[in-house]
Amino acid sequence: MLQKYRALIGANALALALAQSAFAAEKAEVLHWWTTEAQSKAVKVFADAFNAAGGEWVDNAIVNGDVAKPTGINRIVGGNPPTVMMMNAGKQFGELADQGLLNNLDDVAAAGDWKKSLPADVLEAVSRDGHIYAVPVNLQTPNWLWYNKALFEKFGVQEPKTWEDFFAAADKFQAGGIIPLAFGAQPWQQHQLFNGVLAGAGGRDLYLSIFRDKNPEATKTPEFKRVAETYAKIRSYTDPGTPNRSFNEAASMLTTGKAAMHIMGDWEKGEFTAAGWVAGEDYGCVLGLGQQNFLMDSNVFIMPKGESEAAAKAQALMAEVMLDKDVQVKFNNLKGSMPVRNDVDTSGLDACSKVGLEVLEDPGKQLAGPDWLAGADMLNSLADVVVEYWATPSETPDEFADKYAAVLSEFQE
Amino acid sequence: MKQRPIRWSVYAGLTPAILIVVFAYIGTIIWTVGISFTDSRMLPVARFAGFNQYVRLFATERWLTSVQNMVIVGVLMIAISLALGFLLAVALDQRIRAEGFLRTIILYPYAMSFIVTGLVWQWILNPTLGIEQTVRGWGFENFRFDWIIQKETAIYCVVLAAVWHAAGLVMAIMLAGLRGIDQDLWKASRIDGIKPWRFYWHIVVPILRPSFISATVLLSLGVVKLYDLVLVLTGGGPGFSSDVPAKFVMDYLFQRQNIGLATAAATTLLITVLCALTPWLYAEYFRAEKRKD
Repeated sequence: MLQKYRALIGANALALALAQSAFAAEKAEVLHWWTTEAQSKAVKVFADAFNAAGGEWVDNAIVNGDVAKPTGINRIVGGNPPTVMMMNAGKQFGELADQGLLNNLDDVAAAGDWKKSLPADVLEAVSRDGHIYAVPVNLQTPNWLWYNKALFEKFGVQEPKTWEDFFAAADKFQAGGIIPLAFGAQPWQQHQLFNGVLAGAGGRDLYLSIFRDKNPEATKTPEFKRVAETYAKIRSYTDPGTPNRSFNEAASMLTTGKAAMHIMGDWEKGEFTAAGWVAGEDYGCVLGLGQQNFLMDSNVFIMPKGESEAAAKAQALMAEVMLDKDVQVKFNNLKGSMPVRNDVDTSGLDACSKVGLEVLEDPGKQLAGPDWLAGADMLNSLADVVVEYWATPSETPDEFADKYAAVLSEFQE
Repeated sequence: MKQRPIRWSVYAGLTPAILIVVFAYIGTIIWTVGISFTDSRMLPVARFAGFNQYVRLFATERWLTSVQNMVIVGVLMIAISLALGFLLAVALDQRIRAEGFLRTIILYPYAMSFIVTGLVWQWILNPTLGIEQTVRGWGFENFRFDWIIQKETAIYCVVLAAVWHAAGLVMAIMLAGLRGIDQDLWKASRIDGIKPWRFYWHIVVPILRPSFISATVLLSLGVVKLYDLVLVLTGGGPGFSSDVPAKFVMDYLFQRQNIGLATAAATTLLITVLCALTPWLYAEYFRAEKRKD
C-alpha cells in the first residue's frame, strides 16, 4: 500500500494531494440520532473502535430522528452527504438507493462473509434489488412484556405466557389497586402494541398476509377478530393518564411501583438501568405474548456516495469495525439490543437479552418487522386506523376490520 | 397631475427584498404546487400523477378532521381572544393602580413558546396530574375534568391553551387603541349622560376597528400555522381527533415520506386560506382606498 502511494507521489504532483489525504486518518462524519445517555455511551463504542482502527470519527449527533433523518437525506440529495448516516432497516433507504445516491456494499459484505454470520431476513432488509446498501448493527424487537418482579411476588402472579394469562394477571392487579399496564397512547406506541398483538394473538400467517401480502381479506378471518378484541380489551387495563404519555414516563410507572407491566421494545432496558434496576432481579421479561415471535427490527448505517476515494475507504473500514465481534457485544450491551451476528460470545449479555437470543435461534420465530415489509406511508395509514380504534370505545371490531382492510387495499401492489 | 420621476435608488434598495419574495416565497409555492401533481414519495420526482394525490387526500378521514379542527380553533380562538383581550384592555384602561405590573403579567403568556405553553397545559389538563387530581384531593371525589382524554373535547383544550397564549397580545393592541381615543369624546359622553357600556359598544368599538383587524390578521396567521402547540398538548390525539392541517402536512412530509400527498395538502390549505381571505382583504383595503379618492 505505502509503496504504491510513494510511487505515485514520484509520478506526478496532482497525485500528491490525493496520496496525502489517503495517508491521513480515514475521516468519517457520522450522522446519527442516538443522544440519550445509554445511546451515546453505546455509540461511543463504535467511535472508539473506529479511531483505534486508524480512522477519525467525526460525530454529528442530532437530537430526534424526525429531524435528523430529513437533514441527512437533504444533504445526500444536495450532494454534500455525511460519510455515514444512521437509518432504519427496511424500505426507508430504498429510494435513495434507486436514485444511485448510496454506495453498494456488496464487496464489503463478501469480504466480511455477511451471508454466513447474519440472519437471512436481516440481509434482505438491508438489500435493494439484490445489492446490499446498509450495515446492520443490532437486532431489537418491540414486543417485550416487562414486569415489576416485586409486585408479581406480592400478588402471587406467575409470569404470563399468553394473552389469556395476561388478562388474568391484570385482573388481579386491578383488584389490588395497581395499574395493570403502563401505557403511553402516542401513535407510535399504540401501533407498536397493536402489531405485537397481531403477531402474538393473531399469529405468524395473519401477520405476514397483512404486512407482506397486503391482503385485505386477512381482516375477515376469526384470527383478526381475536386480535381486534384483544387490543380493545387492553384499553380497560390502563389508567386515564395515557394520552400523549411518552414511553419513558410509562417505564417509570413500573420502577415506582404504580404499574405492574409495560409492553415496549428493548430500549426500555436503558430506562430501567438508569433507575438502578437489574434484569432478572428487579424486572422480568417475556418476549411476545402468545406466539413467541421476534419482530425483527434493526438500526443500520448507510454509506452515501461521496466525491473522494478517502470517503469510500473510511466507509469500508466503518462497516468492518461496526460488525466486529467484540464491538458488537460491547455496543449492544450498552444499547440494550441484541448483536446482529449469530457467532458472538453471548456470556456477557444480560438475562433478558439471553431470552431474546434463545428465541432468535429458532428461525421459525424470526419474523421480519413491519418496517421491513411495508413502506412508511402504508404503516402510518394503518396506524391512523389503529389509533382511532383505541380512542373510540364505541367502535366495534368489525368496523375496525373494515377500515383496516380499506387501507390495505389502497396499498395492494 | 404631473408624472413623478422614477426614483431608481428606491428600486435598487428594494431589489434584495423583491428577489427574496420572488424566489424564496413565490418560487417555493410554485414548486410545492408542482410537486403535488406528481407521485413523489421520499424524494421529489417528476412523474406526473394528475389529481391522484388530491383524490386520496379528500378520501382521508384524518385530513377532513384536521380541516374541521382548524375551523373550530379559528372561529372560537379568534372570537374568544378578541372578546377577552378587549375586556381586559377596557379594565386596565380604568386608571387602576399597578397597571404596568398587571399589563406585564397578562402579556406574559405571549412571550412563551408554544412548546412551553403546550407542556404546561398538558400537565394542567392531564386528569392524573392536574386540575382533576387537585380538586379530588380537596375532597370532591367525583369531580371530572378530562377534556383532554375525550375525543369530542380534546380540540377545545387546544382552544383553551391558544386563548391563554394570545389574549394578552390582543389586550396590548386594544389598549394602545384605547389610549389613542380623543379625550374629548369621553367628556362629551359624560355630559350627554350616555351609559358607559353604550359608549363602549357604539363609539369605542367602531373606532377600534383597525385594532380589531390587526389582531384578527395576527391571530388567523397563528391558526393556519398552528402546529407545535397541538404536537405537545395532545399529539393530535386521542386518535387523530385534535389534528390540524399543519401537523398533517409535517407528518406526511417527514415521517411518512410522502411528499406528494403532503404538498397536495399544503396546496389545498393555501387555496382555502386565499378563498377565505381574498374577499375580505379586498373589501377592507381596496375598496377603502377607492372611497378615499
